[in-house]
Amino acid sequence: MLKVTDLAVARGGIAVLEGVTFEVAKGQAVILRGDNGSGKTTLLRTIAGLQEPLAGQVDCAPDSIAYAAHLDGIKANLTVEENLKFWADVFQSDQMSKAVEAFDLGGLLQRPANTLSAGQKRRLGLSRLLVTGRDIWVLDEPTVSLDAFTVKAFAEIVKAHLAGGGCALIATHVDLGLVGDTLDVMQFHAKGDSTLSSFDEGFL
Amino acid sequence: MRLNALWEYANPVKFMRLTDRVLPVVSMLALAAMVVGLVWGFFFTPDDFRQGSTVKIIYLHVPSAMMAISAWFMMLVTSLIWLIRRHHVSALAAKAAAPVGAVMTIIGLVTGAIWGQPMWGTWWAWDPRLTSFLILFLFYLGYIALWEAVEDGDTAADLTSALCLVGSVFAFLSRYAVNFWNQGLHQGASVLRAGALAGDTEERVSNVFAVPLFISMAGFVLFFIALVLLRTRTEIRLRRAKALIARERLS
Amino acid sequence: MIALLMRDLKLAFRAGGGFGLGLAFFLIVVVLVPFGVGPQTALLSRIAAGILWVGALLACLLSLDRLFALDWEDGSLDLLATSPLPLEAVAVSKALAHWLTTGLPLVVASPVFGLLLGLPEAGYIFVVLSLLIGTPALSFIGAFGAALTVGIKRGGLLLSLLVLPLYVPTLIFGAEVARRGSEGLAVQTPLLLLAGITFGSMALLPFASALVLRVNLR
Repeated sequence: MLKVTDLAVARGGIAVLEGVTFEVAKGQAVILRGDNGSGKTTLLRTIAGLQEPLAGQVDCAPDSIAYAAHLDGIKANLTVEENLKFWADVFQSDQMSKAVEAFDLGGLLQRPANTLSAGQKRRLGLSRLLVTGRDIWVLDEPTVSLDAFTVKAFAEIVKAHLAGGGCALIATHVDLGLVGDTLDVMQFHAKGDSTLSSFDEGFL
Repeated sequence: MRLNALWEYANPVKFMRLTDRVLPVVSMLALAAMVVGLVWGFFFTPDDFRQGSTVKIIYLHVPSAMMAISAWFMMLVTSLIWLIRRHHVSALAAKAAAPVGAVMTIIGLVTGAIWGQPMWGTWWAWDPRLTSFLILFLFYLGYIALWEAVEDGDTAADLTSALCLVGSVFAFLSRYAVNFWNQGLHQGASVLRAGALAGDTEERVSNVFAVPLFISMAGFVLFFIALVLLRTRTEIRLRRAKALIARERLS
Repeated sequence: MIALLMRDLKLAFRAGGGFGLGLAFFLIVVVLVPFGVGPQTALLSRIAAGILWVGALLACLLSLDRLFALDWEDGSLDLLATSPLPLEAVAVSKALAHWLTTGLPLVVASPVFGLLLGLPEAGYIFVVLSLLIGTPALSFIGAFGAALTVGIKRGGLLLSLLVLPLYVPTLIFGAEVARRGSEGLAVQTPLLLLAGITFGSMALLPFASALVLRVNLR
């Protein structure tokens, strides 16, 4: 469903990863690993289309990627329901009740988001993934500030998503117990002369 | 095609090699033209029968005002080249030209004030052309400040190019708005009008003044080119130093 | 797009800040000017139209730096960029929300403030009309400036420096309509030019805003 070919990504004009090639099939999850600063976030942002790649390409159906990162985009002054409703409207989706159920947000719906705990906020943020109704989940450290119980619940949701014909690309340090490949981004670490983007190379 | 060959000089290495040879020539020509134009203008032209010797400030005022506008126009063109063809030298040339253009604007404004004081009896009036130049100066300030504020080179180039494009449209609008707002004291643009040379208009700049003025204007153009080349070379070297440091840190 | 507009309006009302602040600032400018130039009614009524326009412009500027910055900080902008909503539409609805929460209240309040400054009777309709036509341009131009500076920490001051020169033509034509109207002169030309600037800004600037937003998100 998602095919990445010979991708090179840059952060601040410097190439961090190059030659990244992998494929995520339907019903499969790929877990990204790598040290801090190894370029996982940059890679995920590039795949999500927020950044232009230096080289290579990302192939997937148009408008099929749902992206979630460290920040959840939750508005503190809106209630949980209003937050979710907003994203449901933006994505023109009818999956809201499913998301509420899956992330057990029913009791929180009328609470303003600024009264939620960090873990509850995270749950709200992740429930957006279901609301989007998109097939390919691109997740950057989704389990930060979730307790062990919720992590397990989240893993179940991802599994359900995979079983339902979706796929996922997840950067995480936590073992979610998912079936799928693990990809260490360190092997793609850009090195030597090519650590510089084509732009800076012209100046040497 | 010849034009395609031109693009090759957008390569920093080629640009450096070319300007190594061109810069001294341009600098010498600029110096020669400015010395000839200004000395001739200041010491070997008669006083104007109405304006007296104050007219001689025209040799600084008109060329600098012309360059203030030309510099912005050059930035617009180089910004477009950056946005369309993504040649880094082009973006850096725009960055290099901005402070030069801003200083030209100040020179134009200050010499204008010095000239205007005895002529119009005031240092400053909200005359359309004065006002337009003041606004142009604000545009330069904003452009330079945006370059300074953004850390990543490519991002800064993109943002400033967008600002330059949008700014040009609004600067143009401002020019007309200001004209509409106040009909001013300035004489019409008499220097480059055909009549100025033929000498058949009332407000003409007569030939005695025109020849040194044109030499002086050529000198300012060359001076501007020399400064921009020099500053672009500095920017390229800065960029190279940054790239080297980045590589050093990674390995 | 409507969802985004409604959310931004809701946020502006709940947070309180965005909504009332512009108006309060407008009031303060109007109150401070007589302290600066003296209380002569003749003088004040002559410059009233101009003061109202400058005050409205500064009040518009006040809330601009939060236009995209809040969504940038909490990650909403990243998520919006990956949503089906094009960034051009995001820029349009942000600018519209800004106008509805800042520009429109200023338009509505301007007659009251005109009273404080002794605006000539003939001027009221033209002050309201020129502000109504002109303030959308201020919001759309401002949205472009806000998009430019969204990635810059403490970009508020820079934003003012970038946006104020862009405001010049709008201010000139807007104030000209109000001034000429107050003096009973023909207003058609500046009014048409003002409308031209507003419609031009509304049609074209969202594309420029989306372009620089994309650059800043990278």
